[in-house]
Amino acid sequence: MKLSRIIANTGEWLSGSGPHDQIVVSSRVRLARNLKGKPFPGWAKKSERVAVLDEIRGAVEQLPEMEESFSEKLEDLSPLEKQVLVERHLISREHAAKSAGSAVVMNTAQTLSFMINEEDHLRMQAIRAGLQLDEVFSMINQADSELEESLDFAFHNDLGYLTACPTNVGTGMRASAMLHLPGLVMSEQVNKIINSVNKIGLAVRGLHGEGTEAMGNLFQVSNQTTLGEAEEEIIGRLNKVISQILEHEQNARQILLQRRAETLLDQIGRAYGILCHAHSVTSKEALNLLSFIKMGVDLGLFPAKNRLQVDELFIETQPAHLQKGLQTTKLGAEERDSLRAALIRAKLKQMPEPEIGKIPTGSATTLPSEES
Amino acid sequence: MFCDVCKIKEATVFLTQIVEGKMQKVNLCESCSKEKGVNDPTGFALADLLLGLGAAQEIEKNPAGVRCPVCGFSQVDFKKTGRLGCSACYDAFAEGLTGMLKNMHRGLVHAGKVPAKLAVERRRTQELIRLEEGLARAIADEHFEEAAGLRDKIRHLTIQENGPDEVNRIAAFPDNLEVSATPATKTRKKS
Repeated sequence: MKLSRIIANTGEWLSGSGPHDQIVVSSRVRLARNLKGKPFPGWAKKSERVAVLDEIRGAVEQLPEMEESFSEKLEDLSPLEKQVLVERHLISREHAAKSAGSAVVMNTAQTLSFMINEEDHLRMQAIRAGLQLDEVFSMINQADSELEESLDFAFHNDLGYLTACPTNVGTGMRASAMLHLPGLVMSEQVNKIINSVNKIGLAVRGLHGEGTEAMGNLFQVSNQTTLGEAEEEIIGRLNKVISQILEHEQNARQILLQRRAETLLDQIGRAYGILCHAHSVTSKEALNLLSFIKMGVDLGLFPAKNRLQVDELFIETQPAHLQKGLQTTKLGAEERDSLRAALIRAKLKQMPEPEIGKIPTGSATTLPSEES
Repeated sequence: MFCDVCKIKEATVFLTQIVEGKMQKVNLCESCSKEKGVNDPTGFALADLLLGLGAAQEIEKNPAGVRCPVCGFSQVDFKKTGRLGCSACYDAFAEGLTGMLKNMHRGLVHAGKVPAKLAVERRRTQELIRLEEGLARAIADEHFEEAAGLRDKIRHLTIQENGPDEVNRIAAFPDNLEVSATPATKTRKKS
């Protein structure tokens, strides 16, 4: 199957639905595995990497759940195609930088993806919409159990699954959820939450994981530790924390509606105004403004039928997605910004103006604003 | 501003490095900067930045010059990359890794999934350990009936795995337990 056919459709995690999917954009679990007795990719010779690649790729392609799949060596993908996969969270930025001796295999629904010879011999992930960490874990756990019948994974009696980096040893599992938290950002509570989450051994990061900025009010919550706890315990801990953050976000939105409805409407209205009329928008500005539109949909200011359109814009406005349909050579930043603005204008044209009367707790004018 | 490493002395060396596209800033005092080899930027331990300060010191708890016998990876390589060479490195550098893992994780023993192929063996080994401990306790407490039962279970498990020869080597207790067990049960107190 061709990559172009796969990326023509948005993945299940974006277009599908799941519990709490207004706030929890997606849930993802990845497992790191290495073959017994083979040097890790970063230390292996090219010939060794290629041998590992052939062995793992063959096994992955044989999986029943990968019957309809896309499988390609990284050296045979263009930089643009790799970037599209990064923007969809199907491969990591680190993996995109690899070429000879690495490959990616994914199913057409884009719920399962296998990175071969990333930092470890195999990094496999399952991703779905909404809060369903248990479900994505059982998907990837199933694939892992099937793979271990034909592959011998490096496993240590005390330390569990062995990984190139000691931070992943044990379960080799990183479970994460992508949260959309405009309410907590607007009410300036998000740093407090990040700090307390960090204190209990979980990490909060920006859109594209480690070392990235939080754009579009999107935050990734994940486990830091992998040794000493069973997979289910780690996920249980995450689920608890995410449910609490969810509650805080919902409360923050309610309080904003009651006390600062005018500010809230102003932000959503401005975002709509700018995006409807701008002719040059950077990807960061697009994400930040789209975040307000998305919250507007959550609050009923825009029709629910436009939700998917808005969600898709989060991905479609990313640099590589903007260019994926074009045959031309790589666009410069300025050209991308105007292309992005045009795309957003066209999509928002199909959406009515925000309906302020629809604000759930009465009209804005009757509520005292804190600023006055 | 205090030194990030000793947190005592004033920082005078300010280091900025780009690691995997991410800017990392470290503030060090004079003596810690020398110790970390900051004067020689190529020798500065990337492991510290990737795995948290102190990681490179931890790995140095291994005797100097140790190399992984399987892949030839050295501590210097670990300090540079923050990654290990192969699965055997975990045993080769165990001494230094233990301290590092303790700081990073919630324990030092894996509590999660085990590959099915190994799970049977792992369960058997753990069961044997449990039974042997129980047996030793039962003999010490003179609960001979219980001890005989445990002995038979251990035998059964051992025969399954290694064949009958192994039993004689492992069984370090008298065979006539059952005889002495009978009177013992009458006086035994339930614990």
